[in-house]
Amino acid sequence: MLQVDRVTKTYGGRTALSEVSFGVGEGRITGFVGANGAGKTTAMRIILGVLSADSGMVSLGGSALTASDRRIFGYMPEERGLYPKMKVGEQISYFGRLHGMTARDASASTASLLERLDLAARSNDTVDSLSLGNQQRAQIAAALVHKPEVLVLDEPFSGLDPLGVDSVLTVLRDAASDGAPVLFSSHQLDLVERLCDDLVIIANGEIRASGSRGQLQQEYGRDRYELDVDGDLGWLREAPGVTVIDFDGGHALFETADAAVAQSVLKRAVADGAVQRFGPRHPSLAQIFREVIQ
Amino acid sequence: MSTTAPTFLQSTLLVSNREITVRLRSKAFLISTGILLLAVLASIVIGSIVSANAEPAKIAVQRSVINALPDLPQFARTDVDTRAEAEKLVRSGAVEAAIVSNSSVSKLGITVIARDSPPAAVVAAVSVTPDVVVLEPSKQNPLLIYIVSLGFGIVFFLSAVTFGSTIAQSVVEEKATRVVEILMSAIPVRTLLAGKVLGNSILAFGQIALIAILSGVGLLVTGQSALLGALGPSISWFIVFFAFGFVLLAALFAAAASLVSRQEDMASVTSPVTTLVMVPYLLVILFNDNPIVLGIMSYVPFSAPVGMPMRIFLGTAQWWEPLLSLAILLVSTAFVIVIGARIYENAVLRMGGRVKLREALAR
Repeated sequence: MLQVDRVTKTYGGRTALSEVSFGVGEGRITGFVGANGAGKTTAMRIILGVLSADSGMVSLGGSALTASDRRIFGYMPEERGLYPKMKVGEQISYFGRLHGMTARDASASTASLLERLDLAARSNDTVDSLSLGNQQRAQIAAALVHKPEVLVLDEPFSGLDPLGVDSVLTVLRDAASDGAPVLFSSHQLDLVERLCDDLVIIANGEIRASGSRGQLQQEYGRDRYELDVDGDLGWLREAPGVTVIDFDGGHALFETADAAVAQSVLKRAVADGAVQRFGPRHPSLAQIFREVIQ
Repeated sequence: MSTTAPTFLQSTLLVSNREITVRLRSKAFLISTGILLLAVLASIVIGSIVSANAEPAKIAVQRSVINALPDLPQFARTDVDTRAEAEKLVRSGAVEAAIVSNSSVSKLGITVIARDSPPAAVVAAVSVTPDVVVLEPSKQNPLLIYIVSLGFGIVFFLSAVTFGSTIAQSVVEEKATRVVEILMSAIPVRTLLAGKVLGNSILAFGQIALIAILSGVGLLVTGQSALLGALGPSISWFIVFFAFGFVLLAALFAAAASLVSRQEDMASVTSPVTTLVMVPYLLVILFNDNPIVLGIMSYVPFSAPVGMPMRIFLGTAQWWEPLLSLAILLVSTAFVIVIGARIYENAVLRMGGRVKLREALAR
């Protein structure tokens, strides 16, 4: 378990993080979402030790992280970059060696990683001769070459084409199924929704919500129901205890605090004619996010 | 994972190794080093050719005055019978000067004839010289002093600026391409700085040593071993001083460069350091005969790599002076590394505009 505990960071009077605490469980993919400037990158840099916190601590498995613990971390910074004039293979294996691999292990790991990422043929080309998509893949390889046991990825999907997105998704799922805690930030809420087990929502340097996706949906979901019928649902507007949110002839989205009211609505609809669909509707991540950061 | 955490030394060596490899693969670097070495070699060879081919100047002497003249072994003499004959040889350029008899005009009874300007060497040879006593003879010939000071000055300046801007470029490159954040997540920032300084210092030191060896071998091969004997100790000290002095400059260049995020802004932050490097170069050329300036230069850390070897060459330094100056240099280098590392650590992640020095120094 990677645990961030009451971490505070200020930049010349401006508070970037205030008492930030959250955990990333083993084998869990945790999405870290927040608006620009909310503090995601600062928090990730502090986890990696690239920045130091003013107070608070980061621990792994219960003990405070040291610099040598962090070599088992794989990190992809938001600001992408590799040495433009260095050959791809050489560069990836250099990063492996900086993390403590032997020369032989580093080049073996580089070779298999480039193979997996479809970059093996470009191993001897310089980074600046690669297409943008391939540079992104090389960047992923640089984060993974030392076979990290914890992954921290800042906006891993930004700038990726759909194929690139898929290969990063595979990488994250593989890492999590091997038991690694995986933390990634993203603006693309639909991707986060597809991928993550847990969520941490940050705004203005404060954690606004965190927990598993299901928990959050329950906590923040209003009791909304969706109903599709062949006839007309005009009567729903007058039904007691029901607020109609969206309405279009035979389709309605309504809210009610009482489950019994929802059931009585369904009975009336069935009595009126054919019901195509009825069920509770979970709030999307985007909805929760908007609600939480207000 | 089966790896063990790399030690400070291992990571430093990895970084320095990369710096060196990248540089040694750069064609521009190899070509410019080749040109520099060729220039050193050429100056030694040309110097030796010029001094070896200094054939005795030719003069013509009228037979009737030969016995009245002192021995003139430094000149190649052509004997002529008449003044007209002598003048003809001078005009044609076959001889540089002629000495003919002239009992009416000169006390010495001779006239020296030249084509376009008075021939100083010939005039001196046939003149009466008063007794001269030099109280404190200079150990070295002034022209040689000038050439040697120019040599130390240029080599110091060129190497310091070349490798100083290399390290500055490498710092800004990592910042501009953002690769620095990945590096920082793998190794401590100080290791990164240490590796850069070490790698570039080894390159600079290697280039200086190569120049020194080439000069030594060149002087030996061209039979100028006396000059080598005179230069040897000061060249050796120059290498030692340069090795540590460059580390100091490299730390300054790295710290200055870490303040900016783009190659275009680099010159503006490194120019104060470049000026520091230029000062000893100018001073040693202008004041190589001024013992006070040289004395101060030989103890100020920036200029000691040039000042102290110069004084050793002139023979004005006591045996303990280079050691004391080296100690001062070592202490200031350590101090500058600590300050430089702090600036570097604080500034290297700040992207965008130029980081203010005051902010970079703050804890």
